[in-house]
Amino acid sequence: MARLVILGAGVAGHTAASFATKWLGDEHEVVVVTPNAKWNWIPSNIWVGVGEMSKEDVTFDLAPVYAKTKADFRQAKAISLNPEGSESNNSPFVTVEYTGQGKEGATENIDYDYIINATGPKLNFGATPGLGEGTTLGEHTVSVCTADHAVHAAEELEKCIEKMKAGERQKFLIGTGHGMCTCQGAAFEYIFNIEHTLQERGVREMADMTWISNESFLGDFGMGGLHFKMGGFVTSSKVFAESLYAERGMDWIIGAHVNKVESGMVTYESLDGTTDTHEFDFAMLIPPFAGAGMKAYAKDGSDITDTVFAPNGMMKVDADYSKATYADWEPSDWPRTLQSPAYPNIFAAGIAFAPPHPISKPMKSANGTPITPTPPRTGMPSAMMGRAVTASICDMMNGKATEPTHTSCMAEMGAACVASAGKGMLSGTAAAMTVFPIVPNFEKYPGTGRDINGTTGEIGLAAHWVKHLLHHAFLWKAQLKPGWALIPE
Amino acid sequence: MSEEVKVDKEHSHVQHVEPYTPQFGTMIPSGSQKFLRTCVLWQIVRFVAINLKMTILILKSHH
Repeated sequence: MARLVILGAGVAGHTAASFATKWLGDEHEVVVVTPNAKWNWIPSNIWVGVGEMSKEDVTFDLAPVYAKTKADFRQAKAISLNPEGSESNNSPFVTVEYTGQGKEGATENIDYDYIINATGPKLNFGATPGLGEGTTLGEHTVSVCTADHAVHAAEELEKCIEKMKAGERQKFLIGTGHGMCTCQGAAFEYIFNIEHTLQERGVREMADMTWISNESFLGDFGMGGLHFKMGGFVTSSKVFAESLYAERGMDWIIGAHVNKVESGMVTYESLDGTTDTHEFDFAMLIPPFAGAGMKAYAKDGSDITDTVFAPNGMMKVDADYSKATYADWEPSDWPRTLQSPAYPNIFAAGIAFAPPHPISKPMKSANGTPITPTPPRTGMPSAMMGRAVTASICDMMNGKATEPTHTSCMAEMGAACVASAGKGMLSGTAAAMTVFPIVPNFEKYPGTGRDINGTTGEIGLAAHWVKHLLHHAFLWKAQLKPGWALIPE
Repeated sequence: MSEEVKVDKEHSHVQHVEPYTPQFGTMIPSGSQKFLRTCVLWQIVRFVAINLKMTILILKSHH
């Protein structure tokens, strides 16, 4: 009997745990380590953030689900890896610190034969002065990164609506809170949901709405933008996104590195090197992401964190990290098996793996400040990576292979994104986008870098229905209800 | 005395757009396009199409 340890139970980790218990059966042991007691369908946090859903609608307890699968659930956070074991233990192990199950604060070493790092991001609010301290959200802005953050955001939004009803004009600022953020899509969806909510509540005319982002153009989305067929043209996502903002009367600030947040005001540096400020009454600014911050130690106790992890805390995998300039970048730089080059029994999935470089062209302000979106790898790509990595490991644990048998490469996979504007089945309109591949391949698809037939964008009620479908389907799947494995990632 | 300017349906949703602003330089949906976005019959067709596109995308992405 061998043991697979999965660190994290978000989209990638929970997908891995679900399939690992299904494919390994009773032959092997699956241990899931996550600091959270609940699973969260993060895309629907947007609806929680405008008061359309409750926290309970988007979360469920993990323990009963893992009890069904016989996965050994440990509510704990990973502190460090010993991939070679230690002087007193020849087995590789991970050190965890409990955050629940009545053992809060206690540490334990868990031996493993294979391990998947799917710890997701550390929400690095502390990277921007005033945005927060460490991983804790500050007092000046709101967030929709967790269900609890989204509940708080909805409460603050309600206060603004009451003020507007009383005749007090309000300024809304939504976007990214640092020059190196990713996940623009979540903020993009949130600003459209707020705008729709204000329309529905009859106070839109009392609101000044502004988007602020580290993208060098609207519609970059951390993927260098995309093109799709629309109205007889192959249209840029820049035109698509600008149209959405213009139609709704929202302003935009792009190429912005927010470097300070104060009560009611942000200070930001633009690509041209100038510094400006923008006032707000309500701001939702996405923080930059970092790795979970695990350390790694060799058998003799020496620190090998730099060997296992990139400087940002993400895990190094089979990517080419040597390409420094945009002109040298190739789709083949992106990892395929997500296996650690240093330790073949270590894999990473989802946000936890270190991308070789951004997808968007790197930009610096005139002062040399990097202002570049980092690659998006939440949601669908994370789930696909979790499944592929698990399939490879299960084949190796079951003796069918000695090398990874499955791949999940962002230069070979597509992604779908549905950005709602409200939750109504007959009101509001969402944007549905698909992109293939996520990392553009200008040799295979000259001109736009992507398959024009697989890269699409449209606006309408149907995308709302798709968002509802995804919400219910993925909550069903994640709770491992009958037929869950038939729902594709 | 100023005379009230009537705005037709094709422009009513974008009357906030000012010339020589960033918003002025982008495409703006026509009234008919906006109608189709919420036309239930048309959107049922698009719902099927979007699901089909996403299914193909998923099938092409698993290796």
